Amino acid sequence: MSLVSYEFLAFFAAAAILYYVVPKRVQWILLLAVSFLFYAAGGAVYLLYPMITAVSTWFLALRIGRADSAAQTYIQEQKPDKEQKKAYQARIKKHKKRLMTAGILLNFGILAVLKYTDFLLGNLNVLFHLEEGAIPQISWVLPLGISYYTFQTMGYLIDVFRGRCRPEKNLFRFMLFVTYFPQMVSGPISRFDQLKKELFEEHSFDGTQFTFGLWRILWGFFKKLVIADRIAPAVAMITAAPDVYDGIYVLVGMLGYTLQLYTDFSGCMDIVIGVSQCFGIRLPENFQRPFGAKNLSELWRRWHMTLTGWFREYIFFPVSTSRFCRTVSRFAGKLGLHKVTKKLPVYIANLIVWFVTGIWHGAAWGFILWGLANGIVMMVSQEFTELYRAFHRRFPKTDGSVYGALQKVRTGLLFSGLLMFQYYPFGTVFAMLGNLLARGRLSQLFDGRFAELGLAAADFIVIAIGLVLMLLIGVLQETGSVRQKLAARPLVVRFTAVFLLFVMVLVAGCYGHGYDASQFIYNQF
Amino acid sequence: MDELLEILNDINPDADYETNDHLVDDEILTSFELVMLVTQIRDVFDVSIPSEDIIPENFNSVEAMMSLIGRLKEDE
Amino acid sequence: MRWKKPVCVLLLAAVGVTVIAGLQRLLMPKYMGQVVEGNLTSEYYEETTPHDVVFLGNCEVYENISPIVLWREFGITSYIRGNAQQLIAQSYYILEDTLKYETPGVVVFNVSAMQQFDQNNESYNRMTLDGMRWSASKWNAIRATMMEDEHMMEYIFPILRFHSRFAELEADDLTYFMKSGKVAHNGYYLRADIRPAGDLPVERRRSDYSFDPRSWEYLERIRALCENNGIQLILMKAPSLYPAWYDQWEVQIEEYASEHNLQYINCLEAADEIGIDFSQDTYDGGLHMNVYGAEKLSRYLGPFLLGAGADDHRDDAELAAVWAEKGLFYDSMKAQQEEEFAQFGYLKQFTTEE
Repeated sequence: MSLVSYEFLAFFAAAAILYYVVPKRVQWILLLAVSFLFYAAGGAVYLLYPMITAVSTWFLALRIGRADSAAQTYIQEQKPDKEQKKAYQARIKKHKKRLMTAGILLNFGILAVLKYTDFLLGNLNVLFHLEEGAIPQISWVLPLGISYYTFQTMGYLIDVFRGRCRPEKNLFRFMLFVTYFPQMVSGPISRFDQLKKELFEEHSFDGTQFTFGLWRILWGFFKKLVIADRIAPAVAMITAAPDVYDGIYVLVGMLGYTLQLYTDFSGCMDIVIGVSQCFGIRLPENFQRPFGAKNLSELWRRWHMTLTGWFREYIFFPVSTSRFCRTVSRFAGKLGLHKVTKKLPVYIANLIVWFVTGIWHGAAWGFILWGLANGIVMMVSQEFTELYRAFHRRFPKTDGSVYGALQKVRTGLLFSGLLMFQYYPFGTVFAMLGNLLARGRLSQLFDGRFAELGLAAADFIVIAIGLVLMLLIGVLQETGSVRQKLAARPLVVRFTAVFLLFVMVLVAGCYGHGYDASQFIYNQF
Repeated sequence: MDELLEILNDINPDADYETNDHLVDDEILTSFELVMLVTQIRDVFDVSIPSEDIIPENFNSVEAMMSLIGRLKEDE
Repeated sequence: MRWKKPVCVLLLAAVGVTVIAGLQRLLMPKYMGQVVEGNLTSEYYEETTPHDVVFLGNCEVYENISPIVLWREFGITSYIRGNAQQLIAQSYYILEDTLKYETPGVVVFNVSAMQQFDQNNESYNRMTLDGMRWSASKWNAIRATMMEDEHMMEYIFPILRFHSRFAELEADDLTYFMKSGKVAHNGYYLRADIRPAGDLPVERRRSDYSFDPRSWEYLERIRALCENNGIQLILMKAPSLYPAWYDQWEVQIEEYASEHNLQYINCLEAADEIGIDFSQDTYDGGLHMNVYGAEKLSRYLGPFLLGAGADDHRDDAELAAVWAEKGLFYDSMKAQQEEEFAQFGYLKQFTTEE
């Protein structure tokens, strides 16, 4: 069930009504039932996958919790001396680690098999110089949202291991955490200690929150239907045919792809978070005006934040502080590479994170290269940090807003440019970039190729209005919630603003007959 | 305390570490810097900070860092 | 001041609904250009007098029969409730819909729709169904014939279907904003241009000549509905050369008719008797009759209809007045098209400029 379908709207309306009609203590049970229904709409069999993940993780987390309480009892009752205590704790930790590792291997194993088998087979094919298709592809059907719920659930398991949150005893409550329908399909990736309070609390109907939720959904529909889906066909044409669309079109495709990606995914998040808000359940934000960032790593801290946060917490920090990294950097120190030793752990961890980020986004070399390229750019810019700082000290005027704006533009272009690795064939990215720089002319926009993209004058007007509106909202957001500001205005103003947005979506949205129902880009993960 | 300030100034000299208590939230210390900080704290203070303790609350201010170091030393 | 807020809310809601309703009307196609068939269904509701005969079917009825001739020469009051590719299920529900307003003595169903139960072009569905007044019959008609990618919501709120026309609005959308113009003559689509029948696509052999069971089911439902309402049902096959009407189909219909004691008139076989000249009486090379063919066919059908129970109403003053007006509209359109065709060799409205 697509989030932008009549079915989903009807489903959501029915769920919302029921949610506030049933006794408050069963609200979470209703959400669980509704989530199961939502998932089963795409084929009941596929519920099996999240169920395996939920049950196995629930069970292992409970065992970890039990080991913890056993240790506590032991310390309280036996009053061991320091040495004994340490030895006992080490043993318990080892046991807990085994349980956690089992859960991680099982669940990431399922994800890996389903998502990467074909990629692996394809590479084996190439590696052994076999004919295309000599090793047949398996083409597993990827269960909806598997990348999201697996990450969310594994985060929980690690948190329980670390003692950051207590294991959930009730299997069904835990299942709701795994399958909560607004977020299951494309995130945000929540943490149990934050979401549990929201999910299992009793929620009374709150008119303001509900209205805010609906406004946010509408805004998400606007981004997705009016902008993302409008430019999608043209973007697909440009990015799929680099030999036809060269020169200035490399830039057009680059910006279009980025705009589509952003409006599609952040629009989806607006719908998801808005729907959840209508249930009184706050989900973590996934975007924070990413194109207001002044450098790439800042942009990535504001883009798909729950995923990057996950990687930071569960991969970057553990790897960079691991014994392995310590050994490597000590080894580098012995070789006399003193300058590197300090940074080596960071860089090793950084490359691993970006490799994983790449492959998370798609089982293809393009995605892996894209991820690594991001990581490398960030490392290089880290190397230049001191230079930048010296530069700013020497020229204090560069802290001004003009320079800041330039930095934002540069960062946005860098981010967009790196995305070329995602859609251009391996090895042609630099050639296309060179082509743009050497041959790009503005006049190429009027050489007839643009007309073939299927965008009419009306489309450009709509896109322009959309961009202006998004910019406006972005600026307003800098000084606090736009919805709160709107809510403080008189009824007529409120109505007019929301109604106009609604009419924009209704009339200028790309939906219904004549439009291919395009799924959210981030659904396929 | 002075040793810690020295490390911090070495990592990013553009901040007032003695008054600021939003070092992580203000993105003065990002994940890169945090890891370098953790590595150097280990070398200087001889205490290893486990990755689960690399959370904003522990690094937002110099006091927080000192108390984290103190707590970890005690546990050793 | 307590009343102020609710009044404000109501007022704004009213404004909102009005604006959206206006937009919806603006964005819906007006069908006043090359394609006018989208207006056929809704014109029925403007009728002020009852009809003895109602024709049901697809283009084989609404392009081939002239109710004006039936009136002038036999005094028969009739209406054609047919549409482009009107499916048999749609014919059934449109008959149900008709019975809400009147009970004709005779219903003539054109059997060519038996051969294809499912819709293959969404815009035909819209042209047939959008004009229907809301009722259980409309709902059921949509349910029965909706294509896979169609949604009931888009029939309830047509703006959801036609919103993308905002980029291609034309003068007609304003001209006919309040009301579409009248395009048909009691459901008859008049064409006075001539294009002789030429080479038609070769008939293809089929592996299976049996009709879809669902077609039979709806034929049965039409028959039962007529029977229960005391209506005489007549089956007919119009004299269209293409799409082909196979002998195997003919046999099945003949069997059904005799089994249920129904009259079945195959006008295709009787084309010579009717006097149809395929070099003169068709406007699109044999698929459909032009006004000359339609008038001939009407003269042929008249006696059958009288025999089935239709009456001669020519001495009813009220009806005569109503039909006289219809006749004027008919004659003026026919004359205007004849003149245009004589002058240019084509009709401007129905041809695309190169």
